[in-house]
Amino acid sequence: MARLAEALRAAIGAIRAHLLRAALTVLGMVIGVAAVIAVVALLQGFGQSITQQFRNLGANGLVIMAYLPEKAALEGKTARITPDDLLAIRQRVAGVRDVVPLLPLAQFSATVRYGNRSSNTSVNGTTSGFPRNGARYPVQGRFVVAGDDTTRRPVAVIGQTLIKDLHLPADPEGHFIQLFGTWFKVVGVLNKVGSLVGLIDRDNLIYIPYTTAVSLGGTVTAPNIVIQLDVDNARAIKPVEARITAVLRRQHHLRPGEEDDFKIQSAAELTKALTRALDSASLILGAIVGISLLVGGVGIMNIMLVSVTERTREIGIHKSLGATRADILLQFLLEAVLLSLLGGLVGLALGYGIGKLVVHLVPAFAGAIVPGWTIALSLGFTAAVGLVFGITPAAKAAALDPIEALRYE
Amino acid sequence: MSAAPATDTAPLLELRGVGKRYRMGETDVDALRGVDLAIARNEYVAFIGPSGSGKTTLMNIIGCLDRPSSGSYLLNGQRVADLDDNALARIRNREIGFVFQNFNLLGRADALHNVMQPLVYRGVKLRERRLMATAALADVGLGDRLDHRPNQLSGGQRQRVAIARALVGKPSILLADEPTGNLDSTTAREILAMFAALHRAGNTIILVTHDAEVAAHAERTVAIRDGQVISDTRHMAEDAAHGAAG
Repeated sequence: MARLAEALRAAIGAIRAHLLRAALTVLGMVIGVAAVIAVVALLQGFGQSITQQFRNLGANGLVIMAYLPEKAALEGKTARITPDDLLAIRQRVAGVRDVVPLLPLAQFSATVRYGNRSSNTSVNGTTSGFPRNGARYPVQGRFVVAGDDTTRRPVAVIGQTLIKDLHLPADPEGHFIQLFGTWFKVVGVLNKVGSLVGLIDRDNLIYIPYTTAVSLGGTVTAPNIVIQLDVDNARAIKPVEARITAVLRRQHHLRPGEEDDFKIQSAAELTKALTRALDSASLILGAIVGISLLVGGVGIMNIMLVSVTERTREIGIHKSLGATRADILLQFLLEAVLLSLLGGLVGLALGYGIGKLVVHLVPAFAGAIVPGWTIALSLGFTAAVGLVFGITPAAKAAALDPIEALRYE
Repeated sequence: MSAAPATDTAPLLELRGVGKRYRMGETDVDALRGVDLAIARNEYVAFIGPSGSGKTTLMNIIGCLDRPSSGSYLLNGQRVADLDDNALARIRNREIGFVFQNFNLLGRADALHNVMQPLVYRGVKLRERRLMATAALADVGLGDRLDHRPNQLSGGQRQRVAIARALVGKPSILLADEPTGNLDSTTAREILAMFAALHRAGNTIILVTHDAEVAAHAERTVAIRDGQVISDTRHMAEDAAHGAAG
């Protein structure tokens, strides 16, 4: 132990003796680790924010939408989810609640006016059950209620972006906005949910009663809707999905062997798939950037070789005092590993800093997260690089002949 | 080639027919040819010879920095020629204390740490190392220079640090290779006086030099030329003769 502690002390001393050189030597290492950490931190932060946003959909939530396989589309078929399908699910699928239709009338393309201001927004028709499905609730006024739906009231619940864009009063309840040429009375304002990865403003939207939306749709007899529902028990999601598939296939008269003309998405699944994709992206990007660590390792080996030559005489002195080959080997190996680890630590801090900076400058990145495994991996890897690239110089030092080393000028 | 004069005690080290052959390019060079030598405990011996005589090779072999090509070398009754590198390192650590012409101190370490270093390889604990090294430095009169680095010390002080380092582990032999070669004559006298005092205190000292005046401080002179011992004489050590104090 005394030897190891002393070797460590000596290694620190040797590094401190040439601080500038040490700094330049580990620069490659620092940049490599910083790049890995910054990339991973941003990807992980990105992933976490997406996960958070999907969680807003509700952990037990399922979304059913029409989906036409390419082959079927070529055969001229069409796909739609109709109000009849909604009824069928309500009646024949057990263990679900809040089965509500969502009729998207426009995606960021509807013009909404207030006074002399106008803006583009998304409009969805839905029923009173909807807000419980998601994490949306009115912070002012109310949501669409059953009465709105039965009487096709021209009322609107708006997202907070619209208050700003249309210069609505802070309390816009009772004010009228114009949509598709019709006046709608604002009855509620939704909670703020923020933007999706900083690109899609999820507060720029309007909900109107489902029946109102159907009538606005005009001639379309059976509108293509999206169905949202909650499964009572999270563990029952799979069987419920199977049951819904069976019901809808019957509704759509699909023969065995024919592909589904609809898609069932669960928030949990989407999240999981996304996280997995991001994790592997982190790993691959990390690995690519990790190659730069090897370059850093070569730099360390180079300097260690120079250092061994420079310190030949010192090695000879140590040998004359009774240092064994193992002592010298340990000494130089420790020095290389220490240098490398030093680079790793500085890189870690720098990478995290870069991540934070990017988050600060680019709103698309929600946060920089450095998971524990990345820290362990990058420090482990830098130590390994130090060990691997340090072994040659250390072995060279250990093998020096004491007489020649002492004679070295 | 004359055998060492008989001594009362069993020899501390004994060389029998020791030869050392180096390969220099295409030709073999015999640095030592059949050296027979015995040195007893508490002797003060000077190896004297011109450069290229083989005296340094002889010192390297005695100091276990090198192995003989032929013959045998017994140190404390142990056959050294058969030992592996680690065992030789161990002997250097415990049995030999080196003092070099150019001091060979560790430049980055202060006096205390220079003296502590051999104890590191012996596995002595830090606290004990510090105590032993401090005492050794006090013994050579540098008790107030513990935290001085070699470049903050004079040549004589550096050599005294080197002597403290050589003696801190209580070795069997103090091996000094031209210890006064880089010192002015006043300082050289100081160092030689210190050697005399160390000898009187019971240390075995081997001094390698080309300078007959320096060799005269020892009580036995082994002259070496062309890899052979050409004379081995005992005499009254100069310091003792003049009654100089250490």
